[in-house]
Amino acid sequence: MSSVSSSKHTVIPFGPQHPVLPEPLHFDFVLEDEKIVDVIPSIGYVHRGLEILASKKEFTEFVYVAERICGICSFIHGMGYCEALEEIMHIEVPGRAQNLRVIWSELSRVHSHLLWLGLAADAFGFENLFMQAWRAREGVLDIIEETTGARVIFGACKIGGVRKDIDGDTLSRIADVLNKLQSEVQAVCDIFLKDSSVKHRLCGVGLLSREDAYALGAVGPMLRASGLAYDCRKLGYAAFSDINFSIVTETDGDCYARCSVRIREIYQSFDIIRQTIAKMPGGEICAKFKGVPDGEALVRFEQPRGEVVYYVKANGTKFLTRFRARTPTFANIPAMMQVLKGANFADVPTIVLTIDPCISCTER
Amino acid sequence: MNAKRTMIKMENQELLKAVEGYCAQGYRLVQICCVKETEGLVLHYTFDKDYDLIDLSISIAEGAPVPSITTIYPCAFLYENEIHDLFGLTIQDINVDFKGLLYKVTVARPFNPAVDPAARERS
Repeated sequence: MSSVSSSKHTVIPFGPQHPVLPEPLHFDFVLEDEKIVDVIPSIGYVHRGLEILASKKEFTEFVYVAERICGICSFIHGMGYCEALEEIMHIEVPGRAQNLRVIWSELSRVHSHLLWLGLAADAFGFENLFMQAWRAREGVLDIIEETTGARVIFGACKIGGVRKDIDGDTLSRIADVLNKLQSEVQAVCDIFLKDSSVKHRLCGVGLLSREDAYALGAVGPMLRASGLAYDCRKLGYAAFSDINFSIVTETDGDCYARCSVRIREIYQSFDIIRQTIAKMPGGEICAKFKGVPDGEALVRFEQPRGEVVYYVKANGTKFLTRFRARTPTFANIPAMMQVLKGANFADVPTIVLTIDPCISCTER
Repeated sequence: MNAKRTMIKMENQELLKAVEGYCAQGYRLVQICCVKETEGLVLHYTFDKDYDLIDLSISIAEGAPVPSITTIYPCAFLYENEIHDLFGLTIQDINVDFKGLLYKVTVARPFNPAVDPAARERS
């Protein structure tokens, strides 16, 4: 902090309320002219303490709390909690349920990336692109609503499987809808990736080297845009072991690379859903189980924003000893600080948005 | 993919040497997790390399300090500040120490069962 007191430096507070931030996050930027030389992040404005509720809610009910960690990647939070409990209780989840979990988690990824695309476009003043991205996202939300009955908190996952099935006709129709949706998304994303004004704002801005990304514990598109091929879906959770897909990476490590990774992941998710529909097995959607959990589990999943880690410890009662979620934005904050150092102050909104911070997840 | 997952329990004084060893081998810090046990706390340090997971756990007596690993993994500062704020654990020499101000909590160490539950509810 000695640099802060220097007469050459100016400290500019940014947030927690700021037009570019949908959620409260604060930075103190230490500037030398327009260049950021140091950054101090501040979170915790709306920490909800949801993890402590695991000791107050029965383990079968806590899935509702886990889903409410975040409104964008709610399904994967619920699924992660359920898979941790299934590991502790040695529950074999039916194949159909595993495939349905893949479909809903990939729909979550598409709608999260489209939401982010709109917010990023809005951050650099491209309002039409923002509206088009969100219009395309509505199509994904419609599929989610049709199959789960909800658009934000799906409520579709339970310990042992899923609550809702999708019949064959609906699955075929979803595949057709996805084809149409993909061409709509492609039109929006082509503008995003090819427009010179967008490139002008993103290329060469907010650089994160491959070495820094790894050393600072970055995850998700932030890590993959710096050239590291790491995606927890390759661990094969749910039915991902039966899916053929390659990890999307870029090597430039700038804002444009992070956007490109997310956009290519949207297409990849469409492909994964189509593969899953094509090989959807029949059978039950939920396994029955008895007893209470006793033991601990540490599981990892790939959220739209990156690797999420769940630790669950149970003591043989209906109430868990500990539930912990290490969310991707929490892991990306040190890398975000590194990216912001050396950047121009005017680029802060763009850089922060291309990291796609989710404070709701972070303030679990 | 058959990723390995190894859980290792170790003594408090062995921690820094073990963490240095994993850092030298190119492991990435995945998380630090604190769990309240009947007596004291347990800290889990999780590392990953090529999808293989290593989880080191150490037991800490209530009130006993723990060394920071931020000199080895600078990105650990958020985890350590979080554990300090939520569980009240003293972590020595954190590289970026928020001194209890990372989370704006109305009750100190709200995740520690030693805190009066009624006070926590009110918060």
